[in-house]
Amino acid sequence: MDPIFLTIFVFVIASLLGFELINKVPPTLHTPLMSGSNAISGITIVGAIIVATASGGIFAQILAFLAIACATVNVVGGYMVTDRMLGSFKKKGK
Amino acid sequence: MDYLYLLATLLFVVGIKNLTSVKTCQRGNKISEIAMLLAVVTVLAATGNISWWALIGGLLVGGGVGVWVAVKTPTTQMPEMVAALNGLGGAASAFVALAAILEHPVMHQADKCLADTGLVNAISTPITILIGLVTLTGSFIAFFKLGGKKLSHPLKGTARHYLHAAIAVGIIGCSYWQVIATSAAGLTTATILLSVLALVLGVFLVMPIGGADMPVVVSLLNSYSGMAGSASGFVIGNPMLVVVGALVGTSGIILTQIMCKAMNRSLGNVLLGGMGEESVAKDAKDYKSIKSTTPEEVAMLLDGAASVIMVPGYGLAVAQAQHTIRELGELLIKRGANVRYAIHPVAGRMPGHMNVLLAESDVPYDQLWEMDRINSDFKNTDVVIIVGANDVVNPAAREATGPIAGMPILDVDHARTVVVIKRSLAPGYAGIKNPLFERDNCLMVFLDAKEALEGMVKEVKELGK
Repeated sequence: MDPIFLTIFVFVIASLLGFELINKVPPTLHTPLMSGSNAISGITIVGAIIVATASGGIFAQILAFLAIACATVNVVGGYMVTDRMLGSFKKKGK
Repeated sequence: MDYLYLLATLLFVVGIKNLTSVKTCQRGNKISEIAMLLAVVTVLAATGNISWWALIGGLLVGGGVGVWVAVKTPTTQMPEMVAALNGLGGAASAFVALAAILEHPVMHQADKCLADTGLVNAISTPITILIGLVTLTGSFIAFFKLGGKKLSHPLKGTARHYLHAAIAVGIIGCSYWQVIATSAAGLTTATILLSVLALVLGVFLVMPIGGADMPVVVSLLNSYSGMAGSASGFVIGNPMLVVVGALVGTSGIILTQIMCKAMNRSLGNVLLGGMGEESVAKDAKDYKSIKSTTPEEVAMLLDGAASVIMVPGYGLAVAQAQHTIRELGELLIKRGANVRYAIHPVAGRMPGHMNVLLAESDVPYDQLWEMDRINSDFKNTDVVIIVGANDVVNPAAREATGPIAGMPILDVDHARTVVVIKRSLAPGYAGIKNPLFERDNCLMVFLDAKEALEGMVKEVKELGK
């Protein structure tokens, strides 16, 4: 199988998994879940690091820098805020 | 190395799954954090010849800003913050695609175009740029709207549709041009035009949607940023990015649907901006027979109440009165009353916003009641105190027609007495009149939420002496 087709294959299966993964969510968790999956969408940081090669031109490196900076804000901010929200539940939870 | 990517991907799946239940949500977030760390460490180990200044600079700047906003943002502004973070995530994917064009070895040969790098790669590039940048500007418009800024679309009706259609055609044209351009000048022009049009489209798409629907929009944009990440995975040929982005993308769509359902709105309805026009009904401020009262009188009312239900809304968050409401609740419990908090699924600026806010100010979890569980109890309740909520208690929703017809509401009007703390008679997000305020059993306290609650706390304490 052509590797690119394999990637498309995986994309389709992953999309279906995403549809099935979430079915019932209590309203309490809507905001934390959104914020938590928002942090996960910062996974693009992996792509940002891959394109940050020293062999790229200066302009490509600047773009890579911007990509890493934006993705890091997304990841770090997203996870910390989600933890903060969930932490406030925990205290009272049990 | 690839096995570590696989492990990280599996951990993300387990993490998201765990985030959907109250018992496991904290663990879920931790698992997903570990997955992210694993993914980053793996890619660092696998990538050679790193541009160190871009990497370390990016991590320091991004990490610093991330920590700063996460620590500094008050709970009341969390919805805005999720929107802003999401926008940056979309931007990051677009930057990845832009950098990838510049770096692809094929692109450095003469007379080669993006299409020569492989069809999937070529198509994914404009898609990543488009979705990423639409997410960026759309999220920031949502950010401002959540902050209460009124931004409306410059065009109305058909003219608006023509404009959007023109932009869409322009985007398709530029995307095609970007893929087939063989000269550096052509590629640059096409890319810049495409980027500008995508940025503009993001602004125009979110602008006409009303503030009340912003939570749904943010959730949808969250799904987009996942899709942008997935598309960028195709651009640089990284299957983990493809998979994790797709997971966030499609699970985000499901979450968006769940949220729409809680508001009894369809997604199409939200996006086309049904009630989103932010028009204020003509009679929205025409009220007859309003009875207004003072915190002192409310305290006397509370003195004889055996059962009290508090209904918090965004006004509580704005006034930062979450601690004061908890104090009042505790006082009343000490005096023997049954005190509960009724949480409408979309109270505040985002579903679950009130739960987070009240939990953070130490209101016991078992005092927070969801709408479906508490609605039948209002008829046995002596006093309902509504703090800064409006549309979620508007009985107009029970009527067959109207902007909020069919939206599930809290049946506060069934209680013996309803006290509404509100600064003025201004309409809520839906921009319509609330007939509740004219009911015989309704008393208005026209004060800032914190001021009013502090007054009640003081007066109730006086009673105790």
